[in-house]
Amino acid sequence: MIHFNAAITLGAFQLDAAFEGDAGVVALFGRSGAGKSVTIALIAGLLRPDRGAIAVDGRVLVDTEKRIFVPKHMRQIGVVYQDARLFPHLTVRQNLLFGRWFAGKAEQAVDFTAVVETLGIGHLLSRRPGRLSGGERQRVAIGRALLSSPRLLLMDEPLAALDDERKREVLSLIERLRDAFKVPIVYVSHAVDEVARLAARVVVMDGGRVVAVGPVDEVFGPSQVHAGEVRFGRSSVLTGRIAGMRAGYGLTEIEHPSGAIWLAGPAGPVGREVRVVVRATDVTLATRKPQDISVRTILTGTVGEIEKDDGPLVAVTVDLKDHGHLVAMTTRMAADELALKPGDPVFALIKTVALDERSITS
Amino acid sequence: MDTAVFDLSPDEWTAVHLSLRIALTATAFSLPIGLLAAYALARWRFPGKVLLDGIIHLPLVLPPVVTGYILLVLLGRRGMLGAFLADHLGIVFSFRWTGAALACGVMGFPLMVRPIRLSIESIDRRLEDAAGTLGANGPWIFALVTLPLAVPGLVVGSILCFAKALGEFGATITFVSNIPGETQTISAAIYTYTQVPGGDASAWRLTAVAIVIALGALVASELVQRKASRRLAQFE
Repeated sequence: MIHFNAAITLGAFQLDAAFEGDAGVVALFGRSGAGKSVTIALIAGLLRPDRGAIAVDGRVLVDTEKRIFVPKHMRQIGVVYQDARLFPHLTVRQNLLFGRWFAGKAEQAVDFTAVVETLGIGHLLSRRPGRLSGGERQRVAIGRALLSSPRLLLMDEPLAALDDERKREVLSLIERLRDAFKVPIVYVSHAVDEVARLAARVVVMDGGRVVAVGPVDEVFGPSQVHAGEVRFGRSSVLTGRIAGMRAGYGLTEIEHPSGAIWLAGPAGPVGREVRVVVRATDVTLATRKPQDISVRTILTGTVGEIEKDDGPLVAVTVDLKDHGHLVAMTTRMAADELALKPGDPVFALIKTVALDERSITS
Repeated sequence: MDTAVFDLSPDEWTAVHLSLRIALTATAFSLPIGLLAAYALARWRFPGKVLLDGIIHLPLVLPPVVTGYILLVLLGRRGMLGAFLADHLGIVFSFRWTGAALACGVMGFPLMVRPIRLSIESIDRRLEDAAGTLGANGPWIFALVTLPLAVPGLVVGSILCFAKALGEFGATITFVSNIPGETQTISAAIYTYTQVPGGDASAWRLTAVAIVIALGALVASELVQRKASRRLAQFE
């Protein structure tokens, strides 16, 4: 769907990146300054690369060797910005119809009513952007981009300006759009949970370069990828299958080769494959299988890499059966007292209360 | 207010009517040129930009009589440009109300350009980028995003230009003289009445009219500015 290989120098910053993306959601992941937004601007046509080629859906948008540069208004690429960027002098309805009008009758593949309904913005149509809340603005911005019938939707940290509640709300909307309207999406974020929930494929960027590409669970498994992340930002993604509900208790059991993962609340139909995002701070390690303990989820594995420095905390990667990985944050003192070393068998404990349907991504 | 104040004589009415016509014409013709100049100063980079900026603002700092004299030299019947325009295009400015409108337009031009320029400069360029990715090309972006967002500046600039044109005296009287019914505006008429015995009542009535028009323009400008800033303030 997207083929990207471009280089650009902007002042002291240099980008030289190449990646491919297929249908569905491709995430550009990395901290600020990694080059994600520059990549987006290059795809949208807001910047011209010094060298390289970009193609979307088989259509060449830029090729410096062949001297091709399709201007931004002819690219049919929708962009959702962090700050929405709605036109303040137009009503919500006029904002939504802006790109649709330029797309022309033949290209209007996306149904206005369907988008308005899915995004839940029907009651806002006659208002001006100045009278919308942050979450509402972002929903309108997504609708506006989608209604221009783009071949590709670029989302540049669309949730960054929202509080947690709104984040969840908009995130599940994006999830629904992805499934309902089948528009390929390039999603920029520095939040592991968003990326894991939405994307099938992740492109990890750092310092203007691509440092890793692959399926979500592979990329977020090995610890070296986000070695610089703060402890609360670290998460792992486990792939399992819903085995059943413990109806009386409201718990869901997810089958994983290394053991059962328990989750508070419903998570979907039995048999469905799901990915569970587990924060490294919610994982406890034990060298013997604990008895008489409230934790429900106990996975067996072996110690992989141990990231240790002079600080108080250590990140331990647990290699699970079937290629899964789980990162656990623990204190250096605990790691030393347990004498953890690579290859040792280990039990990884995850508190069920830390997992619910928001941890699930399908 | 005493209604007798507005009990104007036919001659006085002529002056008021002429003033309004001249000021409106000056504003209407200045607006498109002012928009272009403001856009160029706000957005474009070109050699001689500082010089252009200076020339536009020159009428603001030059003695109005000097501006009027320059217009007379250039566009008078025997002026370099004036002779050409009269002979080939049949356009005559000197001693006509159109010349008064031209002089007023030139004097009001810097006052018009400045607010439009500020308005354009304050537009978030990223909104124009957003319009571009939604399929709008350059002219459409200008028409649908840039221009509507510059409306406060356009309105304020027009009102200031109109007010300046209404009160213009020095450049006008130098360029097109003071002909009743043709180039005698409110200001010129007041000046004339103060020079003749028994003209005080007329001068006073026209003064009152001038105050009312000027106040009206100021209030309108303030209202428009407030409304615009309120609307934009809601949008961060």
